Amino acid sequence: MESIGLGAIAFLIAFPLLVALVLLFVKNEKARTLITVASAIVIACGAIFITVQFMMHGGQALVIAVDAGVSVAAGWFTFIVDLCLCAYIIGKGIRYKNFVAVLLALVQLGLVFWLEFLVLPGVIVSHALYIDYLSIIMALIIGIIGGGIAVYACGYMEDHMLHQEGSDRRNTFFAVIFAFLGAMFGIVFSNNLSWFLCAWEVTTVCSFALIGWTRTDEAIHNSFLQIILNLIGGIAFACALGWIAMYYGTIELNTFLNQTLAYQAGGREVVTWAPLLLLALAGFTKAAQMPFHSWLLGAMVAPTPTSALLHSSTMVKAGVFLFIKLAPCLGLNMPGFLVMLVGGVTFLFAALAAISQSNAKRVLAYSTISNLGLIVACAGIGTAGAIWAAIFLVVFHAAAKSLLFLCVGTAEHHVGSRDIESFDDLFERMPRLSRLMAIGIMGMFIAPFGMLVSKWAALQAFADSGNVILLMLMVFGSAATFMFWAKWFGKILSYASADPKNVEITVHRSEWAALGLMTILVVGLCVAFPLISTSMVVPYLAGVYGSVSSAIATGDLWIMAVIGLVLAVIFLSFTGNTKKKVVPIYLAGRGSDFTEREFYNTFDEPVQATQRNWYMTDIFPEKRTAGIGVAVALALIVSVGGFAVQQAAAQPQTLQDTISMQQEYRESLWGQNGIDSSLYQYIYALESPTYQANKDTYASQYGIEDMQDFMDKLYSDMEADYEANQADLKSTYGIDNMEEYVQTIVQMYSLQSSQSMSTEGGE
Amino acid sequence: MQFSIWSFVGAIAFLVLGPVLGAFLAGADRKISAGMQGRVGPKILQPYWDVRKLMEKEDATVNGAQDLFVKLYLFFVVLSGVFFFAGGNFLLVVLIQTLGALFLIAAAYASRSPYSELGAEREIAQVMSYEPMVLLVAIGMYMATGSFMVSNLTTLDVPLIRYIPLIFIGFCYVLTIKLRKSPFDISMAQHAHQELVRGVVTEFSGKTLAMVEVSHWYENIMFLGWTAMFAVWAGGWVAAVVTVAVALLIWFLEIWVDNNFARVKWQAMLKTAWIVALVCGTANIVYLLFI
Repeated sequence: MESIGLGAIAFLIAFPLLVALVLLFVKNEKARTLITVASAIVIACGAIFITVQFMMHGGQALVIAVDAGVSVAAGWFTFIVDLCLCAYIIGKGIRYKNFVAVLLALVQLGLVFWLEFLVLPGVIVSHALYIDYLSIIMALIIGIIGGGIAVYACGYMEDHMLHQEGSDRRNTFFAVIFAFLGAMFGIVFSNNLSWFLCAWEVTTVCSFALIGWTRTDEAIHNSFLQIILNLIGGIAFACALGWIAMYYGTIELNTFLNQTLAYQAGGREVVTWAPLLLLALAGFTKAAQMPFHSWLLGAMVAPTPTSALLHSSTMVKAGVFLFIKLAPCLGLNMPGFLVMLVGGVTFLFAALAAISQSNAKRVLAYSTISNLGLIVACAGIGTAGAIWAAIFLVVFHAAAKSLLFLCVGTAEHHVGSRDIESFDDLFERMPRLSRLMAIGIMGMFIAPFGMLVSKWAALQAFADSGNVILLMLMVFGSAATFMFWAKWFGKILSYASADPKNVEITVHRSEWAALGLMTILVVGLCVAFPLISTSMVVPYLAGVYGSVSSAIATGDLWIMAVIGLVLAVIFLSFTGNTKKKVVPIYLAGRGSDFTEREFYNTFDEPVQATQRNWYMTDIFPEKRTAGIGVAVALALIVSVGGFAVQQAAAQPQTLQDTISMQQEYRESLWGQNGIDSSLYQYIYALESPTYQANKDTYASQYGIEDMQDFMDKLYSDMEADYEANQADLKSTYGIDNMEEYVQTIVQMYSLQSSQSMSTEGGE
Repeated sequence: MQFSIWSFVGAIAFLVLGPVLGAFLAGADRKISAGMQGRVGPKILQPYWDVRKLMEKEDATVNGAQDLFVKLYLFFVVLSGVFFFAGGNFLLVVLIQTLGALFLIAAAYASRSPYSELGAEREIAQVMSYEPMVLLVAIGMYMATGSFMVSNLTTLDVPLIRYIPLIFIGFCYVLTIKLRKSPFDISMAQHAHQELVRGVVTEFSGKTLAMVEVSHWYENIMFLGWTAMFAVWAGGWVAAVVTVAVALLIWFLEIWVDNNFARVKWQAMLKTAWIVALVCGTANIVYLLFI
């Protein structure tokens, strides 16, 4: 199984990169379209293949060992990629005279060298990759939705070139899109944090290239805003990596998470704050959380496929993916507190800011920021129910948001504006598109579609946590969300029953294909919701949290599925024709032209009635809503960060001890026999009191001088036991090696101790 | 959702008796309002005869789309009521009811008439005003009883109002918005010479308008049910009588408020409703965490 999984993962990462390389040199439009469509299909099939393969092998999460030679080669490859990325940013920064970006890239460059030559050489990575249902779900999103957007881009970019001056550089555009997809696969399957960081930086630079692709002044400006904010995150990530390597003695993601839990349980929480907070900072920038959200608003100057890609299947999803991975270590601690509040604040204030926007892409951007905030808040809570909601929010947001971006992009090309006010009458001018857009909008904010059902689960998780602030942010944010979606929904459904001037006949086939795919996904995911829950998300959570059940009763999910299907069928099939007598609308007096809403005023002159949606700029001006959100989020980050630094400075002994503990581990029998370091930490914490209590006896009887001796004695005793009963253990418990034996004993031991604790509590 | 015989009884009762009781309540509302204004008022069955007459009118519409949306509005209002009286998940009820509200808004937009479009904007503002408080009712219920199930409330030793008194007060405040009664009848200005004609329903006529009226009857009965939810406990007949009495008392208060307060601007509605939700919600949830 391991080797099969390895092959599929390697293919998913390498193939898009290869396609990117090929597309860089293909200037012929037909050839490019052919390669793009074929590769997108191959990538989507690859994602489906790995899913089927994983499910057929029982769907157990597993870490995958990579051959040492390959691992070293990949290590050098990522190092060189890191150098190239820094060089690229520095080059661009010098060319466009943006020296903040140059400075940050230089800092990043320094960190890359520091990591490569001073920190990482002593660290052994035995399992560089892993696979579980979360990475499977992410792979499906990246492969299917990302691939769909690449297909859409074929037709869209053809129209886009008509409005664009200068040379045709579409080859780089498509190449970057595929490189982006490859890097995303790298993020979701890497257990080696150094590879994770490399892929993370590749996505940063890819979106930098995509945002600045048109090379207009605005695009260049916004691309540098993006790179500066995300370099801050990248630097934070690199620092976290260094800290983890030093204080944890590993850079494996799964070991880091387990060991963090062990540290938290063993009274060493202060050691875990720095990496968790630094990774959270990296996540905030990538997931466009306040106060770093402005880059995502700026990103909309790019052609629509870029926005769709950044918002739905890549970039921001890498940020929330990191938070979902960290979630078990968050919750009722300082980093958890920071993450849930920054997420909650972003959810509310981005939703309020969206009310005042009439630019469709800006509304979409604020809505993305808001929803990402909700996902981040769920991850901050860190309970199984909250993560259930977070994963579904990621899935449904990806589908509905890509559909909406593609709809807006196509509408913009055919209506000539992306202002929601100009979508008045879209129901007649673009009958098919407006229906798809309506489904996309419903998919974003109303039951029975997935986003809202996931919000329901999030609300439940917030109530379970008893966090008043978060609950308040949630209920007001939900009301604001209804406001800005409902008015857009209404606008595109307005209908004058005039002669329809259909402007959608010139929409490209590739665009319809992608739009159709996204619509099928929005509706299909809604219908398949209960199945996805039981077959993928619940097993994932069971692996992370022990046994769990669906956050929402499956019966209720089925009710939603049926309603969703009915609504979709109605919206896709109804024509708007009627057998009734059609009468003109009421215009208070005499109308002259009812489809143009023209009437005669008191001087008998024709006047046109105009009607704009409400933007409530007196109550919710963007400056105030977004401004308050940024200020609050920034204050939270600074104060929690400052508190963490102060605590760490106050406990240098704990930090020192942790490093010597790492040293001890490496020298101990445990470390030499490849037993997981977090397992060692856990037993160390568990056995410490016993040793301290019987120190003298052990010294006199067995000659044990310190804790490390004690641990090694424990190990050799266990090893002797294991070897004596190897055959029995294999047949009765299915224990294959020493590591599994130790794990089993620890599990039985902690079960016993929790039972004895509960009986003590009973008495 | 766990089904029992009472779920079916509740659901069927709402389907059949909902509009009957709703029509009676609408008639009584007009009678009582007339009394408060020193008039005689129409007969108690007047709303029923009004709808009968609407059904016989000529079929006319400004377009086919709005008829579909009104049908969806009626359907989801009824569906949410059915789930509620079957004792289902309250959050599910709220979400489906919001879906219904969206289709009334869509119907008003679809006509593309300046009057109903303005009514639709105002209706959105109404939804936005009451939504936080309604969600807080669900949250309060969940935190107090550990479940969103309405059926669960009939097994309580003490009624919900004991745990969430402030949320009940807040709910009564936004109930006025949900019932579209003065001072918050913003989207449904009642009088013929208002600048809005009659808000969202301006462009509806005949059977379509009748459907909207019937939806309101259903909706009003459901909202009385939501009010009753705070007062119910496992007390047999006594509990049933008290619960109905509380619901009718609140309903009477709503009529009194309707007749004694002038309509406010939407800004005032939004601000006050959100402040009430913020204060009542926060204070009550903190209280719940301490008991």
